[in-house]
Order: sequence, then structure tokens, then C-alpha cells
Amino acid sequence: MKYVDEFRDRAVAEKLAATIAEEAKGGHDYYFMEFCGGHTHAIFRYGVQDLMPANVHFVHGPGCPVCVLPVRRLDDAVELAERHGAILCSYGDMMRVPGTRQRSLIKAKADGADIRMVYSTMDALKIARDNPDRQVVFFAIGFETTTPPTAVAVLQAEKEGLKNFSVFVNHVLTPAAIGHILDSEDFAPGGPARIDGFLGPSHVSAVIGSKPYEAAAAHYQKPVVICGFEPLDVMQSVLMLIRQIKEGRCEVENEYTRVVTRDGNLKAQALVDEVLELRESFEWRGLGPVANSALRLKEKYAFYDAEKRFEISAKQSRETKSCECPAILRGVKKPTDCKLFGTVCTPDNPMGSCMVSSEGACAAYWTYGRFRNKDQAKQTEIA
Amino acid sequence: MCLAIPAKIVSVDESDATAIVSLEGIKKKISTALIEDAAIGDYVLVHVGYALNKLSEDEAQRTLDLMREGGLLGEELAEITEGSQ
Amino acid sequence: MSDMTSGPSTLTGSVDMTHGGGGRAMAELIRTLFQKHFSNPVLDQGNDGALVALPPGRVVISTDSHVITPLFFPGGDIGALSINGTVNDVAMMGAKPLYLSVGFILEEGFPLADLERIVISMAAAAKAADVTIATGDTKVVEKGKGDGVFISTTGIGVVPEGVKTSGDNARPGQAVLVSGTIGDHGVAILSKRESLEFETEIVSDCAALNGMIANMLAAVPNITTLRDPTRGGLAATLNEIASASKVGMMLEESAIPIRPDVSAACEFLGLDALYVANEGKLICICEEADANRLVDIMRAHPLGENAARIGTVIADDAHLVQMRTGFGGTRVVDWIAGEQLPRIC
Repeated sequence: MKYVDEFRDRAVAEKLAATIAEEAKGGHDYYFMEFCGGHTHAIFRYGVQDLMPANVHFVHGPGCPVCVLPVRRLDDAVELAERHGAILCSYGDMMRVPGTRQRSLIKAKADGADIRMVYSTMDALKIARDNPDRQVVFFAIGFETTTPPTAVAVLQAEKEGLKNFSVFVNHVLTPAAIGHILDSEDFAPGGPARIDGFLGPSHVSAVIGSKPYEAAAAHYQKPVVICGFEPLDVMQSVLMLIRQIKEGRCEVENEYTRVVTRDGNLKAQALVDEVLELRESFEWRGLGPVANSALRLKEKYAFYDAEKRFEISAKQSRETKSCECPAILRGVKKPTDCKLFGTVCTPDNPMGSCMVSSEGACAAYWTYGRFRNKDQAKQTEIA
Repeated sequence: MCLAIPAKIVSVDESDATAIVSLEGIKKKISTALIEDAAIGDYVLVHVGYALNKLSEDEAQRTLDLMREGGLLGEELAEITEGSQ
Repeated sequence: MSDMTSGPSTLTGSVDMTHGGGGRAMAELIRTLFQKHFSNPVLDQGNDGALVALPPGRVVISTDSHVITPLFFPGGDIGALSINGTVNDVAMMGAKPLYLSVGFILEEGFPLADLERIVISMAAAAKAADVTIATGDTKVVEKGKGDGVFISTTGIGVVPEGVKTSGDNARPGQAVLVSGTIGDHGVAILSKRESLEFETEIVSDCAALNGMIANMLAAVPNITTLRDPTRGGLAATLNEIASASKVGMMLEESAIPIRPDVSAACEFLGLDALYVANEGKLICICEEADANRLVDIMRAHPLGENAARIGTVIADDAHLVQMRTGFGGTRVVDWIAGEQLPRIC
């Protein structure tokens, strides 16, 4: 596959690994947060951590829109299907995430709710056209990458007069989350956790450009490298971060130049600005309320807003006790620090979103990494 | 960052802002509502059925060269290190 | 690769409750449809059960029920699947498949023309696999209580002397082989599924493997394990074996055969091909010394042209299936809970 295979080239990886090892020498440890779950996934899928020297560490961030969706919003989505009899259209990622009392979309579907998995908003629009007598709600999640398609869908619905279509908007914003993490006590100097630099999101940046990170880099004095999705991109970006730190720079650099520009996709941004606006505050699972971090439909498009069209009840939504997803999402704890990890909480029986989502740190640890930890555990027992 | 894959545009339908992209023989209809001037032969990043951005051939090549250069440096360094042992 | 497209049907009308009533309507359906296409001396005995003679040897019996949708897909249909699936399960035990029973649960309103297409397909599959459909059964359920048609098949075979394949006997040092490209069937099915459809030439690999297996066992009677990676794909099957045998495995990603278009489809949808179903492939675990010979034997057969050695059984208390990635690192190929779902993140 063009533009894919070249960036997974093993020979180049080995050479880059040698360069990184050489440049990282010097007694310092480097802690880099890969903000996005897609990077976590790539790191584990290709075993990138095996090619890093021992003093370079990845800190897994909250960049998984599935993981950070508050339990309450998931419960609301289930209610739209169950109580209001709407056809709820959802991306595959959300189907197994456990809500309150472990209730997921897939379980609600098994109990008779009309919940349908879709690949695209275009599929949801088609379902609305094909079922004029039913209400069709699109469960919109995702960061800035996935927001423009939702905006297009709303405009398309308006153009066609699709009165039975509405959107349950849960889009969240990346730079706000990065700022929130860095503002927290966890990452204050001398605090329990540490981040020396960020691997910036690939496709969020394709839409918003690299400009929005410049203020954060300057304010928090942390280098950011916008990093592509393939394993060689991750390695090249790590090298660029190490070089910035050694040279005392705190800039936003772009490794993913084949897709990302400083301004981003202006057409997509304009469409989003037309249809959506900032919410003052939005609760993120694990991070709590974050100001100016999420979007909702503008008043102009209120007709298509599922939150306005349907009465959604106030709920007692609960995180599972002892679930450490909040701390894990902030990069403060590792999955193995959670009491439930691997015992009660497994992919078979996920207690929290970090285990369900293919991007979640817990899922990644379980799927790709636990043998490593087992070896380490064995060592500690013997020692 | 979300799952997006580069694919080549093989036909364009301006009437409904869609295009057909091809990847190793797989063809899929996608929306071009988010990009300008979609043309046959363009490579685009496809995410949830939409073309998000075009890919720059020049930048892709430049990035690859940079990576390979980063590697060459490693090779030279290894020779130096081995030589001095 | 199977060439089993179901032939055309001249029947009109659809299944109704009288077809399952045991009376003349049912007898007529059996005669004009099932008996017409399945006819053979055993089936034509026409009793409630079939009297068959078995050659000497240990007997293997296996059963499977088929509920797939869509019923017709590129490269096959529920009928071919029902025959090949059970033939394969019997053959994976090291047995020569001899007889099958077939049971149909038909939904009221199901078009007879579609039923005939399926039956023609089954007859062709049985012929290609050289097995006899010995006996059958038909029931009809009310509209809304079925999915068009469900098919259940049970197969009987006999294991030659000296052969004993099983999933719990894999040992460190043995080789792991696969008979061809992975993910073809699952992707072919997905390509037709609403909301995921894409245009492709990928067809299901649905096929009966007993002929190829016979060649393999004739050359190497002490093959340790044969299993077909159906639902859950290569990953599920290898994990089952690792767990049952209490061993680990180390695979080489670059050695696993996969068609570029199947790989691309998986990329589009965010799927891992290791977890995608196959219906005409097998995994073989054998002694290291026999690995090359078995790969050659598979490659010499039309259904094994892309056979390859993909890994080695290793000692591992955690019973993990691991893989050296094409990139150079190592990852675990986990045993996932349910079905893999497409993702956007």
C-alpha cells in the first residue's frame, strides 16, 4: 500500500533505532506522551517500544475519544434507543464500552433496542431516508478528526429535509485536553508523573493544523512533534523530540508533513464553525470537567440536536468502584497499577473504557504487553 | 488521532460530492465534501468515509529521505564507535 | 478456490407450513427438491435412518450448524459452507469423511428458488468432496422465527491406522504451518454487509480440504494438529491450541500469507486480519523435520498454493501466542472475547 508500507520499513527502523539510542545517551530519562490512542495502538501493534533504548519511555495519554466519554453520556445514548425507540447509529468503537451497571450498547441491542453499527455518517443518513417513520439518532463521538463529517451530515440532513434525523454530539477538543493535563498537580514539577514532550496527534492535526499547539508549547515549555500514524513516523518523531530537548527548544515541529500543514484543512474547519460551537464545560472521564473542550450544535441547527429533540433524564451514572481509568487516562498510573486489571477486568469482562477500546491503555497492555510485565513480575519475585 | 488510510481517487462525481477511491483493488465510495478540487490520481486520507486531506507526494518523499538519512547517521556512528573499540 | 456458484432454479413459490407437516406436501418437496439433487443409493433407501457400512478404523463424528447471513455471498453460500465446514471438521481429525446428514430449518415464506439454489450448491460441494449425503430432515417454522434457512450437518469419517491429530499435543520445537492466504472469507462477507460495503474481487475461500489433508497424512501420518481457522481467525485457533497444549507460539508476521486487497480492506475498516474468518484454510502443527515437505505437498494441491511455515511452538507458562512483527518488534496475538468490530479510532 502506497504511503503506508514505506513507513513500516524494517531496515529503516533498525537504523533509526541506532540513531535514537546514540542521541538519547547521557544519563537522562525521556518521558514522551503519545496523546492519541491511535499512537498507543501503533506502538504496541508494531512493538515500537522494543526498538527504543531503555531510557525512552512512552506515557499513554487520554487521546481516545471512546475512553474519555463520560459514563453519563453513554447511558444517555442507551436511553435514546431504549426509552425513545430511536434507531441509534454508532461507530463500532462504542458498541462494547460499559456504562452504568455494565450496560453497553451491545447489551442494550441484545435486549431489543434498535442499535446499528455504521462506518460513516453517510450510512446513518441512508438509514434515516430508508426509515421515514422512525427517529434516527447518530451517536457522534471523536476528536477534531471526526467532527467535520458530523457537520457535513447535519448540513446534508437540512438540505434534504430529513426531519427524522438528529445527532447526539459528543465531540471533544485536543489542545484543551493537553492543557488540562499539564495544568494538573500530577505533572507539576516534583509531582508524581512527568512528561518531557508530546507526540502530537496525526489526523486531528490534519484538520486543525499545527498552529493550535504553538501556544501550549510556549506556555508549558514542552516540545511537541506532530507525529504520523505509522511506526517509522513514531520513531522519527521521538528522535525530533530528543533533539529539541537537548537543544533546549520548545517548538511545535511537524513530522507528518505529507498530510499536516500549519493551517490545516480550512474547508473542514469552516464547515465545523458553521454547524458547531464550544460548550463552556464538558466532563471528561478521568479528567473531570474541562473548560472549552467540547462542542455542541449551534442554535441555528437546534432542530437536529438530539439533546433538544428528546427529553433525556437526569441520571445517577457511576464509574465502577476501584476502576483506575481516570488515573490511567491522565498518564499517572499504569494499567498494572489497577487492582481490577487482569483479575476482574479483562477484555472479556471490561469494567472501564480503557479495557474495551482498542486504543485504551489497558486493552493495549493486555493485548500486546502483559507478557512483558509478567516477566518483570517474575524477576521481582525471584529478586 | 483516528484511523485514516491513504487511498487513490479513481473517479469523481461532482454532482453529489463523492469519489471512488481504490486501495490494492478495493474500491469504496467516499465523500469529498471536506476537500477542494478532488481529481483522479490524487491520494487522499480516508476517515469514516470522508476524504480528510490530500497527501503530498513531495512531502512523503522528503520525510522518507529524512528517515533514511537519520538512519545513515546511525550507520556512520556505529562505524566510528566500532572503529574506536 | 471453490467454483461453487449455485446454479439457476426453475421453482416458483415459497415455503409454507404444509411443507413441514409430514404429509404429502412435504413428501413432494423432498422428492422434487432434495431427492432430485442429492440422490444416491444410500439416500434413496428412503428410511428414517440410513444403513451404511464403515471400513475398519476409529470413527470420527462431527456436527455443525450454519446460520450465516447473507445466505449468498461472493464465492459461496450457506449450502456450500454447511457441507465443506463439516467435511473439514471431520478431516481435521485425521479421518476420511464418508457420510453426511443434513437438517434444514426453513422459515415460512422462504423462496423455493433460493432453496433450490442452495441445495444444488450442496450437491456440488458433496460431489467435489467425495462424500455421500446419507440422510436428512426438514422442518418449517413460522415467519419471523427463522432467518430464511438454518442448516445443520453432521459428518462421519474413519481414521486410518497411525494417525492421531488433536489440539492438545503441540510441543515446543514443532513447526506451525498455514495452507494459504488468511482473511479472504471474512472480508468477502463484510464487503456485502450493509453500512460497510465496498467493491472488491475478494471471494470466500469456502472449500473442502479433505483431499489435500489425505495427501499430507499419507506422507506424514504423525502430524500433530490440523485445525481450520474459521470464526475468530488464525488468532483464535492458535490460542485454542496453545491453551489446550499448554505451550506458547512465536509467529513471523512477514511469513503469514495475505492478499494485498484483503490487507487493504482490513486497513480501511480497522480490522486485524489475524482475527478474520477463513473457510478453506487449515493450520498444521508438525515436527520440525516434516515442515518443508508438508508445505511442498500443500503447495502442490490447488487449495494450498500459498501454503507457508509461519512460526514455531515454544515453551511458555503463560501460553501466549506471540508474533515478531514485520517491523522488528514483538507483540502478543491475543485471544479476544467476542467478534472483532470495525473501528474509527
